[in-house]
Amino acid sequence: MTDILDLLASAAFWTATLRIATPYILGTLGELVCERAGVLNLGIEGIMTLGAMAGWMTVYQGGDLWTGVMVAALAGGMLGLLHALLTVPLGLSQHVTGIGVTLLGTSLSYYVYRMVLPQVSSPPTIEPFQPWAVPVLSEIPVIGQALFNQTPLTYAALAAVGLVAWVLYRTPLGLGVRMVGENPAAAEAQGISVTAVRMGAVVCGSALMAVGGAFLTLSAFNAFFFNMINGRGWICIALVVFASWRPGKALLGAVLFAAFDALQLRLQQIVGPALPYQVFLMLPYVLSILALVLMSRRAAYPRALMIPFRKGERH
Amino acid sequence: MWLEPREHVSVAVRVLAPVGAVVAALALCAVLIAWTGTGVVQAYGLLYQGALGSQFALAETLTRATPLMLTGLAVAVAFRAKLWNIGAEGQLYAGALVAVLLGSGPLELPAWALLPIVLIGGALAGSLLLVGPTVLKTRFGVDEVVTTLLLNFIVLLFVSMMLEGPLKDPMGMGWPQSAPVLPEAELPKLVERSRLHWGLVLAMAASVVLWVMNTRTVWGYEIKAVGANPRAAGFAGIAVNGVMLRVALLSGGLAGLAGAAEIAGLRGYLTLDLSPGFGYSGIVVAMLAQLHPLAVVAASVFVAGIFVGADAMSRSVPVPNYIADVLVAVSLLCILVAGFLVRYRVRLSGVRAG
Repeated sequence: MTDILDLLASAAFWTATLRIATPYILGTLGELVCERAGVLNLGIEGIMTLGAMAGWMTVYQGGDLWTGVMVAALAGGMLGLLHALLTVPLGLSQHVTGIGVTLLGTSLSYYVYRMVLPQVSSPPTIEPFQPWAVPVLSEIPVIGQALFNQTPLTYAALAAVGLVAWVLYRTPLGLGVRMVGENPAAAEAQGISVTAVRMGAVVCGSALMAVGGAFLTLSAFNAFFFNMINGRGWICIALVVFASWRPGKALLGAVLFAAFDALQLRLQQIVGPALPYQVFLMLPYVLSILALVLMSRRAAYPRALMIPFRKGERH
Repeated sequence: MWLEPREHVSVAVRVLAPVGAVVAALALCAVLIAWTGTGVVQAYGLLYQGALGSQFALAETLTRATPLMLTGLAVAVAFRAKLWNIGAEGQLYAGALVAVLLGSGPLELPAWALLPIVLIGGALAGSLLLVGPTVLKTRFGVDEVVTTLLLNFIVLLFVSMMLEGPLKDPMGMGWPQSAPVLPEAELPKLVERSRLHWGLVLAMAASVVLWVMNTRTVWGYEIKAVGANPRAAGFAGIAVNGVMLRVALLSGGLAGLAGAAEIAGLRGYLTLDLSPGFGYSGIVVAMLAQLHPLAVVAASVFVAGIFVGADAMSRSVPVPNYIADVLVAVSLLCILVAGFLVRYRVRLSGVRAG
């Protein structure tokens, strides 16, 4: 027990936690933006895969790291646009379209990767983002050491939480997004184009998800692997419910989840072969389902979530 | 520009919609093929040859279509009731796991007894796996898409744990694989010296049974009513949660059967690469078939042909075989759009009626 307390008090543990949390923060924020506007985006898993591949491939082909991030965001935004076109103006099933977008994003990533690199035994690597210690602040014991010794994309993810919260709650644009997710007919009556706002939200949200994917290949690791996203996108969808569609709680959920993940990694080393390693690997998925079950009862879904809107039609 | 619902949709249009979607998907993916510098006609020619060009190819395609037919039916029956079962992949593995558990030694029975036990056991495992998410949905309002998806990962890890632990074949040279099932638990081959087995007949029979259920029975009617409008179905006196549970048992069972049949008919033992995403491709099969059980047969042969043909093609031209996955994904998106165009007419100009 004291071992665990020591661990929880160590800066290294929290540094790792924030690193693990980063793709979840970005993915959860992205999904949250889509769902707040009333569109469930099950394309997230494929969008994160494409982001991971596109970002890595850009850098591998000689682009610099930030160009890689931009290309990832752009690629994710394009897939988001596809999802938005099919689900918003056409009003197709958000469930099935999302699965289609995930299948497309994943297969397209693998196809392009194999096309460029037909025969590789071990995945080629790039020079990833290095931790960037914030002067002075990074020397504050534990909290500072953990919080201010991260790679740039982790800082970006934390900033994105603030930005999304500010836009959603403090700007007319955010009010519009929330309105089309709660009561699209009223929004339309106010002169807001439901179609435009929803599509914009899905594109921006998808770009965020893709950067979350790119974090894995450009920052956490230095190569692209098949099955790299490994259900992280689906976990983000559970985290959005856990967070009651609020950016601050999304950050909290992602960090808690990552802390748990970091803890199980350490436990795995302590417990050793007494338990099969698969038991530990299962925990995040089990935890996500538990979180969903606990939160779903009092979940305050955006009321127009998954309900297509067509001008002039009554609902 | 606006959309006008069509009042009458002819049967011809309904049949042509998936065909049009597939043609559109082939056209879109031609861009990806051309990108590799390969001739599109040559590539698709090789794909066709590899899928249907010889008896051997045809047998391979039908072998591959067998599990897809069953997972396609599993998805079709669930989606009809708007139960979004995305967990066919996990249910398939659960079915395969139980098939191996029952078939590889503990029961020493003649084939007429052991084979049905293995297949039914596999189907039950799939059923049970879907009951959890369905009850969570009906009782607590937990979205079944996420729970079934997450369960896929959990099941796969559980299978991995079993294959490296209690189920590991001592004669397996250290590979994580199970011991083979007994000869009495094997589905006989359909064609000598091919891999094609009686699972195909089983799957086709299942599609006929489901079709009869959909069109001729109260069960089929109730499922349709629940899918169309659960509230209205409830007011009409249908026990919505009961219907959902029944659909879950049916859907999970079909996916579990897919896994059991793969073990009993084709593989003989369980490995972690039993399914190259049959559960996910089943969604595409079901949508291409517009959730019609008989059309699932044709759609599964098409999707299987794409995978088998692409494998063959990628051996002779520099087009990665992932083109099959892309084609299947694009087909899914195209069929959704095609379904939309069947339901609505897009008016670009003129006077709006009404």
